[in-house]
Formats: sequence, C-alpha cells, structure tokens
Amino acid sequence: MKYVIIGNSTAAVGAIEGIRQMDGSGEITVISNEKYHTYSRPLISYLLQGKTDMERMKYRPADFYEKNGCRTILGKKVIGIRKAVRTVLLDDGSEIPYDRLMTATGSSPFIPGFDGLDSVKCKFTFMTLEDAFSLREALGPDKRVLIIGAGLIGLKCAEGIADHVKGITVVDLSTRILSSILDDSSAAIVQKHIEKTNIAFILGQSVSRFDGQTAYLSGGGKVDFDILVAAVGVRPNVSLISDIGGETDRGIVTDEYMRTSIEGIYAAGDCTESYDVSCGQRRVLALLPNAYRQGECAGINMAGGERKFDRAIPMNAIGFFGLHVITAGSCTGEVYEEKGDGSLKKLFYDDDLLKGYILVRDVEKAGIYTSLIQNRVALGDIDFELICEKPSLMAFSRKYRQQKLGGVV
Amino acid sequence: MKRVYVNEKWCLGCRLCEYNCAFANTGERNMALALRNLEISPRIRIEEGSDICFAVSCRHCEEPLCVKGCITGALSIEDGIIMVDEDKCVSCYTCILSCPYGAVSPSEHGAVQKCELCVKNRSGAPACVAGCPNGAIVYEER
Ligand SMILES: Cc1cc2nc3c(=O)[nH]c(=O)nc-3n(C[C@H](O)[C@H](O)[C@H](O)COP(=O)(O)OP(=O)(O)OC[C@H]3O[C@@H](n4cnc5c(N)ncnc54)[C@H](O)[C@@H]3O)c2cc1C
Ligand code: SF4
Ligand code: SF4
Repeated sequence: MKYVIIGNSTAAVGAIEGIRQMDGSGEITVISNEKYHTYSRPLISYLLQGKTDMERMKYRPADFYEKNGCRTILGKKVIGIRKAVRTVLLDDGSEIPYDRLMTATGSSPFIPGFDGLDSVKCKFTFMTLEDAFSLREALGPDKRVLIIGAGLIGLKCAEGIADHVKGITVVDLSTRILSSILDDSSAAIVQKHIEKTNIAFILGQSVSRFDGQTAYLSGGGKVDFDILVAAVGVRPNVSLISDIGGETDRGIVTDEYMRTSIEGIYAAGDCTESYDVSCGQRRVLALLPNAYRQGECAGINMAGGERKFDRAIPMNAIGFFGLHVITAGSCTGEVYEEKGDGSLKKLFYDDDLLKGYILVRDVEKAGIYTSLIQNRVALGDIDFELICEKPSLMAFSRKYRQQKLGGVV
Repeated sequence: MKRVYVNEKWCLGCRLCEYNCAFANTGERNMALALRNLEISPRIRIEEGSDICFAVSCRHCEEPLCVKGCITGALSIEDGIIMVDEDKCVSCYTCILSCPYGAVSPSEHGAVQKCELCVKNRSGAPACVAGCPNGAIVYEER
C-alpha cells in the first residue's frame, strides 16, 4: 500500500502514527512545501520570545521519519491531484503515485484588500517558521509595531515580540479581544492584564487605508508604525480538493471517518470543517488537538482500520504574560459564574448538558469540564452543584469512578 | 502493564500518598527535611467529600488525550507510561484542558507535572502505593 500525505504538520503526524498502528510496512510519503522537520506551529511566538529553540520545537524527535519508515519530500509544493490515475503532481514536474492520499494542508493567512497596503514596506503574516524568521529580522528596540487582529495569532505574536520592540498597537474590528473564544467580561480581564505591558489596543475599529508608515482608522484616528503584522484571519487550504470536484465549503468536507467525497482521498486538520458537538453545527476548528485526532483517525482508516472522530469541539488553552485562560465548547444557554480577583469562571449549560466554559487564571482540572461537553454527559446524572464549584471526580457516580480509577481506560 | 488503581472504600484520607509522592520527586533523602515548610505539590491528589475520599493520579490511558493534544510533543508514551519532557513543555496547559481526570497540574518548575509511575526518580515503583497504610491504592496488572 502506498500512502501519500500532503502537509508535514500536526494532522500529518497524526496520520503517520495512525497508519503505523495498523500497517507496519506500507510506504508512506510526506510532502510539504515547508522545508523543515515537523515543528510545533504554535511555538513560533515562543521562539521569538526566547522560550524555545529550533531543537525543542521539533514536534516529534529527530529520528521520527526514520523510525516510522517515511520518505519525506520537503520544500516542494503539490500543485494538483490526478485522481483518475491516482498521482499527485509537484511543482518540480514530478508525479508521485498513491493508493491512499491525505490532504493535511492547513490554512493560509487571509489579508483583506486594504487601501494603500502596497505602500507599506515592512509587513508580515504570522503562520510559519519562515514568517517568524523574517519578522525577527525586522525587530528592534526603537520599532513601533501595528498588529491587525486581536485573535489568538495576533496576540501570541504580540507576546512573542513585546520585549524586542518599543511598543505594539493592536487594532481589531471587534469590540473585545479574542472574540471567537471569550465573552465581554472575560476578554476585559485578559485585556487589562496584557495592557500592563507595552501593548495597547484600539478596538471596534478597522484600518480604512494605509499610507506608508501610517494607518488611518475607521474612527478617524491614525497609528504610525514601523512594522505591520496582519493577523486578521486564516482560510483553509481547500483548492487541491475543490479543483478536482471534491466537496468543500469553508473547509474540506469529510465524513466522520475523515473521508472526502473523492474515493481514496482523506483530509484532516485545519483544512477541514468539523461537526462541533457542542453546538451541532459544522465549522472550521483550527486547533492543534483537533488536527492530531482527525489525522490519527484518517490514518487508521486509510490503513484499513475503522475509527470515527465525532467528538470535535472548540477548545483552547492560552496564556499571556503568565495569565492562563482555558475555554471549550460554545457560550450558549444558562450561566454559572464565579468572579475572583482577576479570575473568572463561567459555565454555560442547556438541555441538561454542559455546553461550554471559560476559565481565567484558575484552570486546574479543566479537562473534567471538557469531558462533560465532549461526551455529552447528562448533568442530571452527576452532582452539578459540586462540579460547578470545582471540577472533580467526586461529582460523578461511584460506578463511574470505579470504572475510571479501578480499571484500564 | 501495571498501573495504580484505587480502592475507594479503603481510603482513610490520611494524605500519606500525597506526601510520599512529593518527597519521592524532590530527590532528597530525608522526608522531614525535604518537605519542611514546604507547601507540597504532589502528582497524586486526594479528593475529599463528607463521607468519601479517594486518590486520583494519571490513569496512563490507552488513548491518552493529553498526549494527542500536546502542542509541542512534550508528552509521549514510553512503554505505556505517559511521560513529560520538561525541556520541551512550554506550560500552555493544553494537557490540563484535555485530561478527563484532572491528572495534570501546573508546577513551580515551568513545566507541567503528572504521575510518571516513579520511573524518573529513585523509588523504582510508585512511592504513593508503597506508603499507603490501608491498601487504598495498589500497583498491579488489571
Ligand atoms: C501563531 C500560532 C499559534 C497557535 N497557537 C495554538 C495554540 O496555542 N493551541 C492550538 O490548539 N492551536 C494553535 N494554533 C493552531 C495550530 O497551529 C493548528 O491548528 C495546527 O498547526 C494545524 O495543523 P495542520 O496539520 O492541520 O496544518 P498546518 O500546521 O497548517 O500545516 C499544513 C502544512 O501543509 C503545507 N501545505 C499546504 N499546502 C501544501 C501544498 N499544496 N503542497 C505541499 N505542502 C502544502 C503547509 O505549508 C503546512 O506546512 C496556532 C497557530 C499559529 C499560527
Ligand atoms: S494525564 Fe490524563 S489523559 Fe493523560 S494519560 Fe493521564 S489520565 Fe490519561
Ligand atoms: S503544558 Fe506542556 S505538556 Fe502540556 S500540552 Fe502544553 S507543552 Fe504539552
């Protein structure tokens, strides 16, 4: 069996490990246009911050490909899939045959067509190691940075470079930071914490035009800057599949076995859409744990096993300057809330199910809440009052504990 | 493989397992000296209610969600044991978000901590079990 994987990041590694659980000898070829050993994408900000290095950023050990019998083709881009003859076409003209193919192509930064963007000389996106290297070249103690986008990538970038520049202004159209995962009250706490540094926010405004080193804002003000980072959003890389008639929406559409609509082709990770069990809708969940589990599931199925991945929910653990935040699920329904000094807990529940939560500062044992959402545990079956107070196994039945603490799980 | 299992009805809530865990992982030889004036941060934790108590530590899951979700590759499976590479961990706490049993916790050393069945310290076998006076936790094949 010949397996080909396009992409060499989280979902690809999941697939390799999934295939090898089932098939120890099939040929695996991994192709990526990034030229590096598989690395942890979220660590690019930690690299700039000096909290990790190239060696420790390796997502799997140096002998990973060798141990798993993988051939790598790095620094080359797949430009097309020929499904009739089951080959992929590379940008150097070569063609690689497959029996089972997986696209783990991730996503690309999306940059809206700002007026005057061409006049900005020093501009970056923040998605890859290469992006981090070029941004690092531009940093300096007298540099003023403008980041567009107060989402996870924009703020992680801000944290990563804060110590190496004079100041950072973050502009976002939303009226709160991290708007896709936090609500107003939790966002306010995190914003206040970040503002203790050299990072300032301008929210509820967008850039209406650029002129060289000046950004003119929709509210009438302007920001002068030396370095621009665009972190507005990302778009799943779906074209390899859509070009050959495969079903795509915002992301590549798959079933719960991670099969695309095209025979023999699977997809996993940030390039796909998932069915979010916390809200019952399909959405793009660009998250590392999701990418791994989808990849592993795809790998097992590609190699003839049977595995479903039907537990996808949004989930994020993020920290900024020592303040930890964990969120999962959807913020809908009734709310249980506890406020402390710079800390916050909010649980959202509906229909006898926990739907989502937001924890700021005190995040211990958060995974117990995550499991309630992911496994759709009926709240009537547990001590809900106790679990609201603190996540604990005490809130579950003796039988559940006996299974989990007294058996193999 | 051998794991630590809990017999809830035998637990006295004496917290000796917590002390033995914390001590084993200090690398010191004298418990009283090692833990004096120290707020301990063990990898096994007692949960205590009005009439029950029990110890919780890593289950060394067959499908470890912590390992699958780890953003750096700092968590790995070595002969069935779920291990932390302190050098690689960046304390993002995605594992705390992922573990269904609350078995990973922050530590003072910049990396997360969890039970590693005492394979990295000199105990050789789980120190919590060795010190439990009532057989409320056992280390065996099941
Ligand atoms: C700065 C930053 C911080 C993040 N922090 C977190 C975090 O804290 N927690 C979290 O859960 N997630 C985080 N994420 C998201 C996380 O990195 C992604 O969810 C994860 O990397 C997805 O993995 P993937 O394998 O699906 O795709 P990707 O990691 O995007 O990899 C896709 C790969 O495929 C390659 N590729 C694409 N098209 C082709 C082609 N045609 N030919 C050849 N190769 C191709 C790309 O170059 C890329 O190397 C962060 C992301 C960024 C950018
Ligand atoms: S830390 Fe939690 S998820 Fe990981 S192996 Fe232990 S019990 Fe399982
Ligand atoms: S805190 Fe450390 S071990 Fe846990 S997910 Fe993050 S990097 Fe991995």
